[in-house]
Amino acid sequence: MQFDDNAPVLEIKDLNLSYYTRAGEIPAVIDFSLTVTCGESIGLVGESGCGKSTVAMAIMNYMGGNGAIKSGSIKFKGVELTTLNPVELRALRGSAISMIYQEPFAALNPSLTIGNQLTEVPMTHEGISREDATERAAQLLGDVCLPDPERVMAAYPHQLSGGQQQRVVIAMALLSRPSLLLLDEPTTALDVTVEAGITKLIGEISKKYGCSQVYISHNLGLILEVCDRVFVMYSGEVVEEGTINSLFTWPKHPYTHGLFGCIPLPTADKNAAPLRPIRGQLPLPHERPNGCNYGPRCDHFKEGRCDRGVIGMDYVSATRTTDHRVRCLRWQEINTEPDVLHSEAKEPLPIGDTVLEVEDMQKYYEIHDRSIAAIIRGESVKYVKANESLTFRAHEGETVAIVGESGCGKSTFAKVLMGLETATQGHVRQKGKEIADVPVNKRTPQQIGSLQMVFQNPFDTLNPSHTVGAQIARVIKKFGVEGNKAKIRQRVLDLLDIVKLPRDFYIRRPRQLSGGQKQRIGIARAFAGNPSIVIADEPVSALDVSVAAAVTELLMEIQREHRTTLLFISHDLSVVRYLADRVVVMYLGQIMERGTTEQVFAPPYHPYTEALLSAVPIADPEVTKREIVLEGNLPSVLNPPRGCPFSTRCHRKIGKICDDERPPVQLAADDHYIACHIALDELRAVGPVIQVPQESERLHVVETGAADPA
Amino acid sequence: MLIFILKRIGFMILTMIVVSMLIFVLLETNLFNTGDVATRVLGAYVSDEQKDMWREQHGYNRPTYIRYIGWLGNFATGNLGDSTRFKSPVNDIIWPRLWNTTILGFWVFAVMIPISLVFGILSGMKEGSKLDRTISVVSIVTTSVPDFASCVLWWFMLVFFFKLLPGTSGMAEGFEFKQLVLPVLVLVVYDFGYVARMTRASMAEVMMTPYIRTAVLKGLPYNKVILKHALRNALIAPFTVIMLQVNWLLSGVIVVEFFFAYKGFGALLLEASLNNDIALLEACAMVAVFVAVGTQLLADIGYTYLNPRIRFS
Amino acid sequence: MADAVTATADLPSQSMAASLMRMLKSFALLRESWVGMIGAAIIIFWVLIALFAPLISPFDPNAHLKPFAHPGAEYAQGGTFWLGTDKTGRDILSRIIWGSRTVLFYAPLATFTAYFVGIIMGLAAGYYRGWVDDVLSRLADIILSFPVLVLYVIIIATIGASGTNIVIAITFASGPGIMRIVRGLTLDLRNRDYVAAAETRGESAWRIMIIEILPNARGPLIVDGCLRLGYVIITIGVLGFLGLGLPPPDPDWGGMINESRQLAMVFPYMVLSPVLAISSLILGFNLLADGLREISLRD
Repeated sequence: MQFDDNAPVLEIKDLNLSYYTRAGEIPAVIDFSLTVTCGESIGLVGESGCGKSTVAMAIMNYMGGNGAIKSGSIKFKGVELTTLNPVELRALRGSAISMIYQEPFAALNPSLTIGNQLTEVPMTHEGISREDATERAAQLLGDVCLPDPERVMAAYPHQLSGGQQQRVVIAMALLSRPSLLLLDEPTTALDVTVEAGITKLIGEISKKYGCSQVYISHNLGLILEVCDRVFVMYSGEVVEEGTINSLFTWPKHPYTHGLFGCIPLPTADKNAAPLRPIRGQLPLPHERPNGCNYGPRCDHFKEGRCDRGVIGMDYVSATRTTDHRVRCLRWQEINTEPDVLHSEAKEPLPIGDTVLEVEDMQKYYEIHDRSIAAIIRGESVKYVKANESLTFRAHEGETVAIVGESGCGKSTFAKVLMGLETATQGHVRQKGKEIADVPVNKRTPQQIGSLQMVFQNPFDTLNPSHTVGAQIARVIKKFGVEGNKAKIRQRVLDLLDIVKLPRDFYIRRPRQLSGGQKQRIGIARAFAGNPSIVIADEPVSALDVSVAAAVTELLMEIQREHRTTLLFISHDLSVVRYLADRVVVMYLGQIMERGTTEQVFAPPYHPYTEALLSAVPIADPEVTKREIVLEGNLPSVLNPPRGCPFSTRCHRKIGKICDDERPPVQLAADDHYIACHIALDELRAVGPVIQVPQESERLHVVETGAADPA
Repeated sequence: MLIFILKRIGFMILTMIVVSMLIFVLLETNLFNTGDVATRVLGAYVSDEQKDMWREQHGYNRPTYIRYIGWLGNFATGNLGDSTRFKSPVNDIIWPRLWNTTILGFWVFAVMIPISLVFGILSGMKEGSKLDRTISVVSIVTTSVPDFASCVLWWFMLVFFFKLLPGTSGMAEGFEFKQLVLPVLVLVVYDFGYVARMTRASMAEVMMTPYIRTAVLKGLPYNKVILKHALRNALIAPFTVIMLQVNWLLSGVIVVEFFFAYKGFGALLLEASLNNDIALLEACAMVAVFVAVGTQLLADIGYTYLNPRIRFS
Repeated sequence: MADAVTATADLPSQSMAASLMRMLKSFALLRESWVGMIGAAIIIFWVLIALFAPLISPFDPNAHLKPFAHPGAEYAQGGTFWLGTDKTGRDILSRIIWGSRTVLFYAPLATFTAYFVGIIMGLAAGYYRGWVDDVLSRLADIILSFPVLVLYVIIIATIGASGTNIVIAITFASGPGIMRIVRGLTLDLRNRDYVAAAETRGESAWRIMIIEILPNARGPLIVDGCLRLGYVIITIGVLGFLGLGLPPPDPDWGGMINESRQLAMVFPYMVLSPVLAISSLILGFNLLADGLREISLRD
């Protein structure tokens, strides 16, 4: 194989990929073209089913039993990949082209040591000795910022944390100096602050090793941070491509525009500038419409023009460079100004009386270590301090967000509220009645019915063996909302109307529903008993961007109508900023900061809040962010630090006092509390993490009238 | 690890004690209306006085728990009582028979394990292929023919029609290898299907994992992917299954030894139960359970050792 | 608005229609696996034979007619011994036909009671965990550590051989195995969100176990059920073969094999017929189980 170093690293032309099943041929990717030059970083963005992962697999020619490259060419440095024989393909994989996967733990062999899995790459491709390979592996582990390479090489995958595992996968991909890196959603399975570290690493390391990247993600904010150019895919086709600056500032395709309308950017607000979900659903692969794939869902659809023929890519720039192209016939006629990005403004919901009071709530789990050594030492009972003195209040009609990463104790808190666990100490009062020590089977049906939950995983939230209608009806009956069968059925149908689903879903089974539809049923089920408080545990994190926007808006609408109090648990600060009135930030079981949304998102910050804010990717190129990357790992819940739980990773740690003493809870403003040793004045002097430019300073306004750059 | 092993041994001892209680209660007492011991041993036509005398002689008039402790003590010290069927101490009978069965078992495993592992791995590697389907069908058919039936069928073919092998395995003139063939054959054919299918399932599951995809996309040669990456994970489950086949073997030999008149442990157990030989039956049961529990212990230890996730947790 | 009203009124008939469609679909599903179809066909064949035994059996299975008759021999008083007679003169074909009744009565009965016990224990162990799980699992481990046949031999030797006792023995020996499987499934399913949703509604524990968890475990349990029926049939056969089965004169395929094996050299037909009968029935269940497993994987 002769590589041509002058040719582009990757050149895909008119690629068509299909799956061949018993039901016939299903086209997955249509007419796909892409060019990656040396050192360039390309983003492939789209929702599930758009074909982006299929493209990555096609580059590696690993499409599985029933997938095939129907037509088109994929050239790597001038060499045609689609016609290589297995030996040549094997020589390329892992050495010239490497891949980094979505779930790092699953990607590593659980029965082999890390060192073993690392050294086999250069040993296979370059034939070097084991000693040389070990040395190179150790050096690379240092490059990915893993301390103590010897210990890591001798460890097994399950002994490392998620972030460490992903760093190992990255190191493994770089061992034989690839020219092209394929990254398939590499940070989706990781916590936000860990994600920020990995994203930064990916950016740096490809510059250092001179490799080009194809970065696949559904998160536009991440693409903005990592890539130079971006391709937006919808239903197997590229609908728009361009440089980061051009596409993000002036998105031209209605779908891209629609996507931006679904993302809770800093400029969105649930009352003043609500999200605008994309109506309709992704077409099934074998039921694509004629003409434009996006036609049925497009607000600018013109019958007769948009539903016939093959629509090609049009150049946005007059000089016909490939800086910005769009697959739309009407792009010049459509107004894609950012001010039509959002739905109409709505009246804010007035906040009422206190409905929930949490006071010094504590939940410890007991772990019994029955080993002889522990008994001798007298430490046979250990405590997992899942929740430590939580205090806050929620009012009628208010949305309180509980923010934190995995292990912060938010799920435990939800369980105590719901009665699945009882608090070890402290008080939780629902409308004045104490519920902290009352398990669910001792609560009255009215109490239970007025405090319900929407769950995270839409695929498990419904029982697959019963019909949708039966499951909702059961809730209605249990909480005594209605007694008589006909009335119950009527109420179920009413609820289906409220969550905007067709009435005949009553007899359907969950298997026939999509993720978004299942989550809507989950919401219907939670609201069936007219609850006054609803806990939503990451209700949209498992859903696609546009589906998530629709479900979020639905929640807001129902809340508005019923004046329900919403406790919204999430790790996604963008969504939190969008819909929360008050925010509670948790870390390792303790509250670090709490206040209104404006107070928490502006200085003074708790250092953890600061780091969280910096870690969230924002899909707006004109917003500036201070960069803060946390070092170190989350401490073990069994052995939390004696002092401040954040002391092991804090970038503003002032000294030994942080390790030894619990931080005091300081009152920064009206009902705004920060638990930190640093003096408030110092914290107030810190600049804001995120700077959103004034509307008047925005690029598209400054260059008034020029909707497209000439 | 050490603590884990000690815990398992402790549990093993507990199991043996519970089992011994169960056996004792079943066989030595009248709890389940099984009929009076003396009548069962001596027969129904013996006079009541003789039964009383017998009971007195054998200490059956003492309270139950004392009898149990005495019995257990005897057992632990190696005094297994006397067999009424063979009219000699149990110790003289049971151990040579157990040895015979061990020889039989050894050959069964020596033949079965390589065949089932190889076929299981090959069919798991290429799921849905012709080889896979053939092996699947063959293993279903072989496991459908119960061992007593397949004894008959093999006997028909190899002894009756082709006159290749002797019909019984009494080993009257000393050890003769030819006589082992039929019993081993029956057991191997019957069990190979099960182990092969377990191995296949494990292998197929491993081949679908993301880490095998990683290995392939790292550019490793196919034989390395299988031998180094896949097998290490795929063979963990079959290992446990094979260890537990010892337990199965103890059941399977009963029929085979009975049919081919092989003087093994299984046939002994059967004879003891058909002849109401209490002492022998108890001894056989305890030994069988001991072997079973022992292999379970080894299987557990092995599984823990082979699975790094558990070993280093 | 009118649409909504009619939609509501149609709902009961709509849901009935939906249920019927689903049932028909599950039978049609079987068609996707020819292996499963063959298995089902064999089973249906034997079930029909068992059901119509009094009508199709040429002779009384226990009547001593003409010993050592060859297959196809004529009986003086009318009728043919299609499969010959055994050493005491009973017609083998009739014994096979009536024998299917015995097997197809006791095997499902024993399997059903074993499942009943196993499911209750497994659900409780998997759902409650804690000490309930510890005790039940230990108990199960102890029973499972007996080699199966050894257990049967001991039990039958002590409580005697009869239909009821065989069912008891099989329940005792298979229950723990089923309990293990159900426990494993329950442990997995109880972490699903819909179970948490039921708990947060305050549903009772047994309602959750039976209505929320059990229906979702039916896939693996049905496959296991078919396999286990096969094992139980083998067990009944083995017990019969070893002389520990149902007491005479009930025709019992295992017993038939045992009775005639000494004479197999001279009269092979006496032994071959029951062997083929029992093997085909077990094969049917195994094929059906394999077919069901294939289908469930494809789902």
